[in-house]
Amino acid sequence: MTANPADRQEHHHHEHQSVPSDPTLRVKALESLLVEKGLVDRNALDALVDTYENKIGPRNGARVVARAWVDAAYKARLLADATSAIAELGYSSKQGDRMLVVENTPKVHNVIVCTLCSCYPWPVLGLPPVWYKSAPYRSRVVIDPRGVLGEFGLELAEDVEVRVWDSTAELRYLVLPERPAGTERLNEEQLAALVTRDAMVGVARVAPPEAAGKP
Amino acid sequence: MNGIHDMGGMQDMGPIQYERNEPVFHAPWESRVFAMFIAAGAWRKWNLDAFRHTREMLPPADYLLVSYYEQWHSCLRDLLLRRGLVSAAEMASGVPAPGAPKATPPLTADRIPAALPNRIHAHRDISVSPRFQVGERVRARNINPTGHTRLPRYARGKVGTVCLDHGVYVFPDTNAHFLGENPQHVYSVRFAARELWGQQAAPQDSVYVDMWDDYLEPA
Repeated sequence: MTANPADRQEHHHHEHQSVPSDPTLRVKALESLLVEKGLVDRNALDALVDTYENKIGPRNGARVVARAWVDAAYKARLLADATSAIAELGYSSKQGDRMLVVENTPKVHNVIVCTLCSCYPWPVLGLPPVWYKSAPYRSRVVIDPRGVLGEFGLELAEDVEVRVWDSTAELRYLVLPERPAGTERLNEEQLAALVTRDAMVGVARVAPPEAAGKP
Repeated sequence: MNGIHDMGGMQDMGPIQYERNEPVFHAPWESRVFAMFIAAGAWRKWNLDAFRHTREMLPPADYLLVSYYEQWHSCLRDLLLRRGLVSAAEMASGVPAPGAPKATPPLTADRIPAALPNRIHAHRDISVSPRFQVGERVRARNINPTGHTRLPRYARGKVGTVCLDHGVYVFPDTNAHFLGENPQHVYSVRFAARELWGQQAAPQDSVYVDMWDDYLEPA
């Protein structure tokens, strides 16, 4: 579609003051204004910051992955209907925003990106790291996934199939990484401790525990 | 819009800049911008598509240079003004207009746990006929709208296969401009890497792109 002229006018580049001289002061001033106008509640702002700094982050996703590793029925539900399966663990809502989980195997490697902006599975991974939102990753992972994964230290065999998932719509993707060898004796909690954010984005494998195999 | 944000397939952006033990926010002001954005968004005076388009309208040089949350800060100010929550005079002075009634914030701390899981709120539980079936070969339309779109340039004109039907979602190309939700099916479409990038790509690799009905035509 074509933006109408009024829309273009409104959006005119000069409207943006995108290089604030001092973000701390300007943001403080904006917060005071919005609180005074009753547009935002300061306690809600504090709670939102606390939520994403301390409550919602990759530990959520790690618990989803660990559950899938120890519970085949859960894994089947997770791959068939991730939204509901993740809601079972309390990290989202069955009626909420939609999730999709893609499974890594010895022959298939999945990796997630949002080439157009910064879409990321907040309920299970929290807020995205800077590299995920930045031009080098967004631009190149679709055209040269093997090269980009190599920069993360992940070398894939030639016969592995790479699937890049570009989050262009409102589905949010999570990679179910392979369970590393030598973890047969670990319980769900110990397994979850091994799972990293990077593995759930698909730019790393889950490393086996150093103490694996020891009683 | 064929903007700098639509960067999939570019190659000159430099190496991945990885930060070990990266904090969620790099400065307190970033966390306040983030929180204000979510809290002010609860007024539903704009939608996520409008926000994305606002960010896309940043001058290209700024888009690449200015930090992520500074971009959010700029977009938040822009949307507050354009959607009438704050007047230009208030933004300039930093104080509410004299005599302006105080509003009641829609998002309070107790409502956060219920609000966050449905933050995107783009799925529509309504019956709309899908134009394509799983397994069907489709071509991404060669369109170059000057407004918002979520059809990346690298996929336009390329042929892929419908792999999943995700159900019905609001259509960003109209929703971003407040021209209606135009709900329609979204599919996961698999494009062979060689269809997108030629022989330099591995033959078995692929890129999956989520596509609305209006982005596709039969191949």
